[in-house]
Amino acid sequence: MATQQSRPPLPGSDKRWKLVNATMRRNGYAGHALIETLHSIQDAFGFLDEASLRFVAASLDLPLSKVFGVATFYHLFMLKPKGRHACVVCTGTACYIKGAGGLVEAIEGHFGVNPGETTEDDRLSVLTARCVGACGLAPAVVVDGDLIGKQTGEDLIAKLEGLD
Amino acid sequence: MNLDDLAEKAEEFRAAEAGVEREVRVCMAASCQSSGALPVLEALTKACGEGDGTCRVKGVGCMGLCSAGPLVAVADRDCDLQGSVLYRDVSPSDAADIMASVCGAPVERLRCPTDLPFFARQQRIVLENSGVIDPDSFKGYVAVGGYSALIQALSEMTPADVLEEITASGLRGRGGGGYPTGLKWSTVAKMPADQKYVICNADEGDPGAFMDRAILESDPHRVLEGMAIAAYAVGASKGYVYVRAEYPLAVERVQTAIRKAKRSGFMGNNIGETQFSFEVEVRLGAGAFVCGEETALMASIEGLRGQPRPRPPYPAEAGLWGYPTLINNVETFANITPIIRNGGEWLASIGTETSKGTKVFALAGTIENTGLIEVPMGTTLRDIIEVIGGGIPDGKAFKAVQTGGPSGGCLPAEHLDIPVDYDSLKSLGTMMGSGGMIVMDETSDMVDVARYFMEFCMSESCGKCIPCRTGTQQMHCLLHAIARSQGTHKDLKLLEELCEVVQATSLCGLGQTAPNPVLSTLRYFRDEYERKLSGPT
Repeated sequence: MATQQSRPPLPGSDKRWKLVNATMRRNGYAGHALIETLHSIQDAFGFLDEASLRFVAASLDLPLSKVFGVATFYHLFMLKPKGRHACVVCTGTACYIKGAGGLVEAIEGHFGVNPGETTEDDRLSVLTARCVGACGLAPAVVVDGDLIGKQTGEDLIAKLEGLD
Repeated sequence: MNLDDLAEKAEEFRAAEAGVEREVRVCMAASCQSSGALPVLEALTKACGEGDGTCRVKGVGCMGLCSAGPLVAVADRDCDLQGSVLYRDVSPSDAADIMASVCGAPVERLRCPTDLPFFARQQRIVLENSGVIDPDSFKGYVAVGGYSALIQALSEMTPADVLEEITASGLRGRGGGGYPTGLKWSTVAKMPADQKYVICNADEGDPGAFMDRAILESDPHRVLEGMAIAAYAVGASKGYVYVRAEYPLAVERVQTAIRKAKRSGFMGNNIGETQFSFEVEVRLGAGAFVCGEETALMASIEGLRGQPRPRPPYPAEAGLWGYPTLINNVETFANITPIIRNGGEWLASIGTETSKGTKVFALAGTIENTGLIEVPMGTTLRDIIEVIGGGIPDGKAFKAVQTGGPSGGCLPAEHLDIPVDYDSLKSLGTMMGSGGMIVMDETSDMVDVARYFMEFCMSESCGKCIPCRTGTQQMHCLLHAIARSQGTHKDLKLLEELCEVVQATSLCGLGQTAPNPVLSTLRYFRDEYERKLSGPT
C-alpha cells in the first residue's frame, strides 16, 4: 500500500464533520470516494464551502484544483448556501409541455428571483431540475424535498407564500 | 443451494402467509407518494387493524397509471394487477370504505376498471412483480420465484450456457442504443483479466423518462439478480449501480435490497454456497446528463469529472480502472431473469424480427393516461398513444410524439402506424432511446420544442470537445432567434449546416445526437420554421 499521508484535522468541532470523515474512511480515503464525500458534505451542511473543499482535498490527497473541478462540474453540488426554503421547478420535457415555463415566470413575477437565485431575505432559493421523474404529475415542483405535482402558477405561489 | 432448496424456501415464505386471503396493495412508488400515498397506507393499515389475519395491507411498487394516483388495488393473494379491483385518486378518508369492501362489492365511486386497454393491452414481463410485491421485502421476492434464475444459472449452467441463452433471446440494450446484449456479454467474457466489473446504468437522464426509476423502486432485487447472473456469465466479481441522486427513493430501495440479499447469501461471498462471489455497491450521480454515456459514467464512478473519452477501447476491453467492464441499463438487467427461467427462445418469440421482447415506455405530455406501460416490441405508435394512452385530452388534435429524449426526434401523425422497434424508429430519424414518449397536441410550437432540447444539450455538454461545446451554443442562438421570428433564411441554412458538422464530429453520443430534435422537426414540420423566417430566400 502507498505511504499514508497524515490526515488533516477536522475543520471544526461541528459533529457533522464526523459524518463526512466516516464516508471517506469507509472508502479507504481513496481518491474515487471524492463524489461520495462531496455528497455527504452537502447532505450535512447544505452546500460546499471553500474550507470543506480544502479539507477533502487534503484528506483524499487530491489537488485542490481537481476537487474544485469535480464540485463545479456536477449540477447538484452547490458552492453557495441555499435559502431557508428551496423550490425546485422541474423543467423536464413533460413538465415543459405542460407549462413549467409558466411556473418559473410566476415565481419571477412574484418573488423577483430567477432560477439559481435566492431572495434577498434568504428565505427562498429557486432552482430548476432536468427531470425529477414525476412526468405523470407534470408540471411538478419539489418544495423543501417534497414533490408536488400538477401545479399552476397560483397554486405554487400560494404554497411558497405559506411556508414557515 | 440448489433449485429444490430455494423452492422449499419460497414455499416456506408462502406458507407463513397462507392465512392471508386478500391483499390491499398501495402503490408506494415516487409518483403516488407525491400524490399522498403514505397517509393512505397509514389510514388503511389503521382501518384494517389486527382483524382475523385474512386481510393484509401492504405497500407495493408502481402500478403504471401515475396520473390517477394514489392507486390502491384489492386482490387475492396470488392475483396480479389486472385481476384486482383497482381504485384511483384514493384519499385517507376512503380507507374505511375500502376496508369494508375487501370481501364484498367494490367501492364504485373510486373504481378504475382494469379491463381498460391501458391495462389489458400491456404485456408485463419486466414489470411482472411491479405493483404486486413489496419492493422492500426479500421474502416477498423469493416467494414469487425470485433468485431462482440465479441459482439455476449457478447450479445447472456454465457461464457459456448463460451466454448462449442471452444470445438466443435476441435481447438488445434497453438504454437506447440497441446493441445486442449477448454480443456485449460474450466480448467481456472473452477478455482475459483477473478483475472485471459489471455496472448497472441507472443514470436515467432523459427528461421525460421514468422507467428505470419505477423498476428500481418497484422490483430492485430483480435488477440485482440480473446483474449477478451477468457477473457469473462474464467472470466479474464486483458491480456498481450508478443511480441519479435525484431518485432518493430508488437509491434507498436498492440499498435495502443489497443489504437483505447479502444477509441471505444471494450477494457477497460464495453465493448459494458455490464458488461464485459478487459484491454490489451503489454510486450516486450528481446531476450530469452526460454521465449516462458509458465512458463518462465510469469516469464518474472513479471520482472524476464525468467526461467521456474516445472509443475504442470499448468498456468491454478497458473500462472501469482499465479493467474489462460490462455496462447495461436497468431494464436490460431486469430482462435477464425471465430469459434464464424460460429460455432464450421464449423471449425471441415475442416482438419483431429485429427487436425481441417487450419495452417499457413512460407515456407523458398531453395524453389522457400518463404513466408507465410495457408492450411487445412492434406495437404501433397509434396503439400506444390512442388506444393504451387514451388519446389527447380536451378534444385537441395530436401533433407529434417525441421519443428518445434530447437524442431522439419528433414524429408526426402520418407515421403513427409504424411498429415501434429499434430499426423502424431509426429509419424515421428518431430513436428508441430509453423509452420516454412525450405526446404533444396542436398547441405545441415545434420550433420551440427544438429550441428546448437544444438548450438542454447546450447546458449539459461537458465541454470536452469543441463541436459539441460550441456547436450546441450556436445552434441554440439560431433556434432562439428563429423561434422569436427574428431569424432569416440564411440562419436556417446555417443551422442545417451546423447540424451536420456537430453530428459528424462530436466525441460522444451527446453531441452526435444533439442535432436530432432539430433535424426531425425540420423534416416533418419545416413549414413551421419557414413561417417564422424573414429576409431574402
